[in-house]
Amino acid sequence: MNLPSRATMLLETPFHSRVAERCEINDWGNWMGYTTPNAFFDVELEYFSIRSTTGVFDLSPMNKYRIQGPDAEAYLNRMATRNISKIGINRVGYTVWCNDAGMVMDDGTIFRLGESDYRLCSYQRAIDWLLWCAMGFDVTITDETEDLAALAVQGPTSCTSLTEMGLTDLNTLKPFGMRTYDFEGEKLMVSRTGFTGDLGYEVWVSPEKAETLWDQLFDAGKEYLIKPFGSYALDIARIETGFIQAGVDFVPAEEMVRPGRARSPFELGLSWLVDLEKPLFNGRTALLKEKANGSRYRFAILNVDGNKPAEHSFIMKGDRQIGTVTSAAWCPTAKSNIAFAQLEMPEGAIGSEYVAEIYYQRELHWTRLLAPCKVIDGPIFNPKRRRKTPAIPH
Amino acid sequence: MNNYDAIVIGAGHNGLTNAAYLAKAGLKVAVLERNPYIGGATVSRELHKGWYYSNCSYVCSLLRPEIARDLELPRHGLQVVPFGGGATFMRNGDHLGNYHDHDRHYREMARHSKRDANAYERYTADVTKQTRLIRPFLMRTPPDPTSMKPRDLSDLLDFAKAFLNMGEAGLADTIAFWTKSVGDYLGEYFETDVIKAHMAGSGIIGTALGVYSPGTAYVLLHHYMGDVDGNVGSWGFARGGMGAVADAIAKAFKSYGGEIICDADVDQIMVRGGKTTGVALRNGDEYLAPIVVSNLDPKRTFLDIMDAKDLPAAVVKKAENFKIRGSSGKLNIALDGLPIFNGLDAKNPMMAGDLHFSDSLERQERAYDDWKSETWSKDPYLDMMIPSLTDPTMAPPGKHMMSVFVQYAPLKIDGRDWTAEDKAGFEKTVIDQISTYSPNFKDLILHCETRTPQDIEAEVGLTEGNIFQGELTFDQLLFNRPFPGYAQYRGPVTGMYMCGSGTHPGGGVMAAPGANAAREILRDLNKPNTVPGGYADD
Repeated sequence: MNLPSRATMLLETPFHSRVAERCEINDWGNWMGYTTPNAFFDVELEYFSIRSTTGVFDLSPMNKYRIQGPDAEAYLNRMATRNISKIGINRVGYTVWCNDAGMVMDDGTIFRLGESDYRLCSYQRAIDWLLWCAMGFDVTITDETEDLAALAVQGPTSCTSLTEMGLTDLNTLKPFGMRTYDFEGEKLMVSRTGFTGDLGYEVWVSPEKAETLWDQLFDAGKEYLIKPFGSYALDIARIETGFIQAGVDFVPAEEMVRPGRARSPFELGLSWLVDLEKPLFNGRTALLKEKANGSRYRFAILNVDGNKPAEHSFIMKGDRQIGTVTSAAWCPTAKSNIAFAQLEMPEGAIGSEYVAEIYYQRELHWTRLLAPCKVIDGPIFNPKRRRKTPAIPH
Repeated sequence: MNNYDAIVIGAGHNGLTNAAYLAKAGLKVAVLERNPYIGGATVSRELHKGWYYSNCSYVCSLLRPEIARDLELPRHGLQVVPFGGGATFMRNGDHLGNYHDHDRHYREMARHSKRDANAYERYTADVTKQTRLIRPFLMRTPPDPTSMKPRDLSDLLDFAKAFLNMGEAGLADTIAFWTKSVGDYLGEYFETDVIKAHMAGSGIIGTALGVYSPGTAYVLLHHYMGDVDGNVGSWGFARGGMGAVADAIAKAFKSYGGEIICDADVDQIMVRGGKTTGVALRNGDEYLAPIVVSNLDPKRTFLDIMDAKDLPAAVVKKAENFKIRGSSGKLNIALDGLPIFNGLDAKNPMMAGDLHFSDSLERQERAYDDWKSETWSKDPYLDMMIPSLTDPTMAPPGKHMMSVFVQYAPLKIDGRDWTAEDKAGFEKTVIDQISTYSPNFKDLILHCETRTPQDIEAEVGLTEGNIFQGELTFDQLLFNRPFPGYAQYRGPVTGMYMCGSGTHPGGGVMAAPGANAAREILRDLNKPNTVPGGYADD
């Protein structure tokens, strides 16, 4: 008897055989419908591979959409908040996109592969919205999620590891640049992008070449202490470097149920991604209005006293609750206790001081801690090597 | 002596709930039931030795948890077990499965259409917004929009606030939901036939409308607003069949000192000087009480067991105009083993849920065409369950019980009563459809009970066999249910009340109408309220 219910099992990425082999502690999770490791061997050590050697993360489950056709640029300019025309060929741009109410649906990266050829890499699934937005435009939109395997190769020795693998002169690639190499009779695309805030690259190949890529990469990086890392380690790195995440730091706007729970780009600290000079894009009218009338909330990065992560904390100003924490972590490289918070306007100006109400448990004993915290000016971790070109060797 | 504080006519789940809350408040209450057994359409009976048939209502979600908890129904033997599956079997041999797990459900839908699976996120959010709007009002009396009483005004204000909170887009959505057809509504989200058809079924069940008839989107919502253990939209089985719900409420009622009298066929609600004095049975017996509550539908209440001369002419006319058309039939089948559908392993978790064979909206609409032509659907929409996959008490070990709800079947065939041949033809149509997808099905049938709307009307008393005690269209909901001016459970005669599904918030085994009516009666009697308030959704 067949078991059609198996058709709904979590998918395996093209790297699964290699990932499973390396996943020493067998700790798996569900990421976007794929079975992916939460941790491979030790979360803290995995994290340090990102910050001191080379860390490798399988990002194949990321949603990838190809946008091609004469109207591709105009289409993306209508869809996204930033000016897509400024992204050159072989360049990558980070952006958000909004619904008509000016609320953020998701963030992602746009890769410009050619004159009228783009790839959108999004955290959330987006095909319905992308096709919805395509009405009236001469574009074709293809879901390439399953057609591309990808690895994030991040950390100070990442450039060296990849160069050793054969990506000659990779060190000349600028941040947010991309380049194509021949690889095993096919094309390999590499972009200087990532979600860790460090020197790092993302490498894209066909699923058929995935295992070969993994093998060659780990072989090449052996002497540069290359290690795989899972989603727990990535979470620490992204908080340390100030990256927000859909479904964690904001509710994807079209999935919101309770009125007022979605956030605008301004309210997420992403006003730099909004180009109101563009004559039309989804959410523009609402965002112009918000710009004129003021926002409801402000995104703040808080440096919290002490070493207890302010997870799910209330942020207090005297007796008044003025906000809540969406992400928090002790950041091992910055040696800081960082929290992302949504604060009610007009709170949250840089330098403002508040108190984080932290609850933590040790041996079944709950403690309430009132930790002073301060709004800081940007991410606590932002090393020069992240931007330096040519990239440093180690 | 036959003297009571209150008499409830009809031992359906709402009548029993109403009686339980009145008894809990210290009233001497009798429930009079025409049949030799209780439950009304919330009933399970052993019609084939060893098999229990929930031969009317067959699944449970809408039963208000506030009532179940307050009347201690679990202690009185009620256990509601969620079922986690469901499927629509397709003509091409494939199927669309339904999974309780959201991510898994996404992956199953994505097998058919990635776009639709993605759109399902938006659909879920939009539908959830609507259920959140309605749910807080289930355990409340609908306010009279024309009244200037402080209570009505304050309740209206709550309604208005809830609406305004939805924002402009939410409001537009609400209007759409209450007026649109389920076909149009789903068409705004989905492109795949089988996905739309699977969901659209909830919009036509028990309703004399088609998937493209305005108003059916609300019927879908009505099926989504219940919950099992807080999982909104989830459905379950009452262990022992739906009769277990009525039995548990009856036990609660009796624990408060209440009395249930079966084989008591009420002929008339007695009225003297504009007030009720009690009821007279067909056998001549009289039961006296200053409060008489009818669990019967509005037509039976006002046109059958009340004398038109005792009522305002407008009420008689409104009762006559009340829309309560029969549109569904049912087959209850004892099976020798498990049927296999489209090669799908019968032990697959999908099989534990609601199973269907209509894989397109067009087939569903055509099924409705037959109803309009006064015959049963030749390719009907079936809502089929095998409760014995979840509940071991329904059939002997290794054997199974199947409940097949059939949409559509009219009250009359070509304007005349159903004949034995009609009924046999109806039964054959349904069994043939199932057999198309399950070659071994016919050989497994040990016994089959087939019920037409006429049978349901004759046995349960629901006019035309309408399962909701009146259609769930906007003109018959909230302060218009059953009719304007009488939506607060009070009848046109002092001491006379209504507590059936013909009142707010409508049909389904919800028990809210019965409880809400009890609250109004106790208010009129200046007695402390025994009815719990509704849980708030966070």
